[in-house]
Formats: sequence, C-alpha cells, structure tokens
Amino acid sequence: MIVFDGVEKRFGDNVVLSDLDFTVAPGEHVTLIGPSGSGKTTILRLLMCLESVNAGTIRVAGRYLSHMEKGGTLVPADEKHSREVRKRIGMVFQQFNLFPNMTVRGNLIEAPTRVLGLPKDEANARAEELLDLVGLRERIDEHPSRLSGGQQQRVAIARALAMRPDVLLLDEVTSALDPELVAGVLALLRDIGETTDITILCVTHEMGFARDFSHRVMMFDGGQVIEDAPPERLFSEPEHPRTKEFLKAVLSRG
Amino acid sequence: MTQVWDWSYAFAILPSLLEGLGLTVLATVLGSIVAMILGLLLAVLRQGPPVLAVAVRGFVEFVRSTPLLVQIFFLYFVLPQFGIVLSALTVGVIALGVHYACYASEVYRAGIEAVPRGQWEAATALSLPRSRVWTGVVLPQAIPRVVPALGNYVISMFKEVPLLTAIGLLDVVGRAQEAGNTYFRYVEPYTIAGLLFLLLSYPASLLVRRLERRVGTI
Repeated sequence: MIVFDGVEKRFGDNVVLSDLDFTVAPGEHVTLIGPSGSGKTTILRLLMCLESVNAGTIRVAGRYLSHMEKGGTLVPADEKHSREVRKRIGMVFQQFNLFPNMTVRGNLIEAPTRVLGLPKDEANARAEELLDLVGLRERIDEHPSRLSGGQQQRVAIARALAMRPDVLLLDEVTSALDPELVAGVLALLRDIGETTDITILCVTHEMGFARDFSHRVMMFDGGQVIEDAPPERLFSEPEHPRTKEFLKAVLSRG
Repeated sequence: MTQVWDWSYAFAILPSLLEGLGLTVLATVLGSIVAMILGLLLAVLRQGPPVLAVAVRGFVEFVRSTPLLVQIFFLYFVLPQFGIVLSALTVGVIALGVHYACYASEVYRAGIEAVPRGQWEAATALSLPRSRVWTGVVLPQAIPRVVPALGNYVISMFKEVPLLTAIGLLDVVGRAQEAGNTYFRYVEPYTIAGLLFLLLSYPASLLVRRLERRVGTI
C-alpha cells in the first residue's frame, strides 16, 4: 500500500531521513517509535504532502505520491496530482486542528462535499453515522470549542474517516490530551482498527497501545529504521542497543 | 465690533454643510468598500507565489510612502493628460480606497498569519482546494479578529476626506470654505464642520472599542 524507496529529507543541512526504504502492506497497522527528531512525524508529513522529498520516491496504492509520470520520466508532483493521490489518505493531528469556525457537522461534511462531490444529505448521513461510532452524535451542531480535548480528537478522527481513506495517519494523537481522556481515544482507535481494513500508520508514545494495536513496530533513529519487528518481539526482545535504551527510557517513565 | 458667533448665520449655512457631510459620508463608505475588498485581495495575493508577493509588497510600500494628497492630485490632474478624466468624487473614492487598501492589507495579513498553521495543514490533509481553504477556513477565522482594526481605518479615512477639497469636492469642509469665502465669516462654518466630524467619529470610535473588547486583539 505504501512504498518508500530511497527517501531522503533534509531541512537545510539537517538530514532528517536518509536513504529510507520500507513497505506497508494493505490493512497493516504500523507504529513508528523512536526518540524525538528521529524523523517519525516527517514520514507522516511526507505522506500528507505537507513536506516534499529531497530524493527517492513514495508510492501509495501503486501510484507515485511525491512524483508523477510525465513523458516516461518522473517529475516532482504538482498540486493537482498530489491532491488526487492524497484523497486516499487521512490524517489525525496531535492538536486536533478542527476548524473552529464550523460546527462539528460542518467539519465532517466539508471535505466529502467539496472534495469528493458527495451530495449534502449523503455527507450528512455519513457524518451522523461516524459520530455514532465516536459517541458524539448529540454534539453534531456544536462548535468544537465547546468540546473537551478528547471529544475534539474523536471528532477529528471522524473527520478523517469521512473521506473513506485507504490509509490513516495518526500523529501522536493522544499527546495533547489530559491523561484521563487518553483511554477513550485509544479505545476508539482499537475499535476502528478491528472493524475496518484501513492501513494505519501511527506515531505514538503510548507503548501499551503500540503493543496491542500494531502488526509491526518500526524503531527509528537518526533518520533510519534500525529495527522492524512485530510488537511482541520488539518489545520483549529488542535486538538493537538503541531500541533497548529507548524502550527502557520510555517504559520507566510511565 | 461684530459678535464672535452669529446664530442666524450658523443656521443659515447648516443645510449646506449637512449636504456636504452627506458627500463626505458617501466618499467614506465607497472608499471603505474599495479599501476592504482590495485590501483583502492584496493580503491574499501576498501569500501567493514569490513573484506576485514581491510585486504586491512593492505596490503597498509605494502607496504607503507617498502622501495621499499627491496621489489625489496625480489621479485628478495627470490622468486627464492620458485621456482619463474622472470626477472629483470618483478620484476621491479611488485614491482613498487604494491608499487605505494598502493599510488594510497589512491588517488582514496580521489576521491571516494569526491563523494557526495546523488549520492549513488540516485543510491540506483533507485535500480541500486552495480557494476553499481561503474562503472556508482561513478568512472566516482571520477577518472577525481584524474588524476593529479595519474600523479604525474607516474612521481615519472619514477624517481625510476633506483633502478632496483640494480638487474641488464640496464635502462638508468644502461647503464651509464656500460659505466662508462668500460671507467672509469663518468661525461658524469651520466650527460646525469640526463638530459634525466629532459627532460622527466619536461614537464610531466607541463602537470600535466595544468590538475590540469583544473579539480581543490580535
């Protein structure tokens, strides 16, 4: 579903990702862990076209995301092409980023009507169905500012799902939440993971969640994948010394 | 010695002054419409491709660094040499509108930049078309915050309309001048003109201050 091939990303002289290769199969749940600055979030941002690669290519569902084919050669993607490929990808942010000028309903129907061209009543039905799923149906006509952080994040998840994405990117979605609200959001994600076949890429510091949610965990350090294993193995018998160090630091914290 | 203030004279010229005030208000309203729309356009273009952004910035700096009176004279006396003849009111509306559009564009820009980056990113993540990101997400958040600042510019534009007397516009000050030159009494017309400005701009500034408290400052 997702193929990174020799991807390099630099910010000035700072190399964030270098010669990165990895593949994610359809329906797979992959968690990216690693110290901050190791490039995990950059990967999600590249997939969302919020950043562009300096070298290498990214493919999503068989199509180039970072590039497009033009006259037999690969050229950097233009706005239209990346928007087209990106439609299949949804993202949930650490800071929710709901649109405060719209109601919950407005947030949920905005992209389906404007981007997918769904009729309004269909988009509304979809919004109501998703709010049922996230347990906030009765808040549909309120503004996001009236919701708690956990509720806002659940709406943000519903907003991403309203586009019926093939791929969902979760960027530290519980990091900005009060501790007592984290569990509800994680339970929702587990539920989505079990009931859909969406491919999920997740950056998180919730190791317990990473362990039982993901099929695979990738440990990043210095812009490289230094360990890539199923969670049972990576958490109980990490091979790389940096992974051991990192897990020790993270797990002792909580 | 004649009395300093002649009530009957004051009342006699009042209708003419009020008529002039109507023109002042009209110029302000039309000028504000031009300024608000053009200012917004300039602010949005300034976030566009670099070439455009530089051009817009150059234009804004140019307009802001030259006196409004020079701009008015240019439009009124220079353009006719190129076959473009505009009435005093039209020149006034264009000059005030463009001049204040440049100030307004800075205000809008501050409002736009105050919209968190996350809003842009969320809109991008949802693949919203660029035009919709502006009209549906960014501007509805940016504009309410800058309304008070824009209101202040409308008030100051109102007080600059008398510059148009220099090209013969009979606004309230133009009328005062006219009365003074006819009857050789200047105290009443200019005093009344000043009071009329006060009467409108003071409540307007109170309103702006209330709005400011409501939306907070950016």
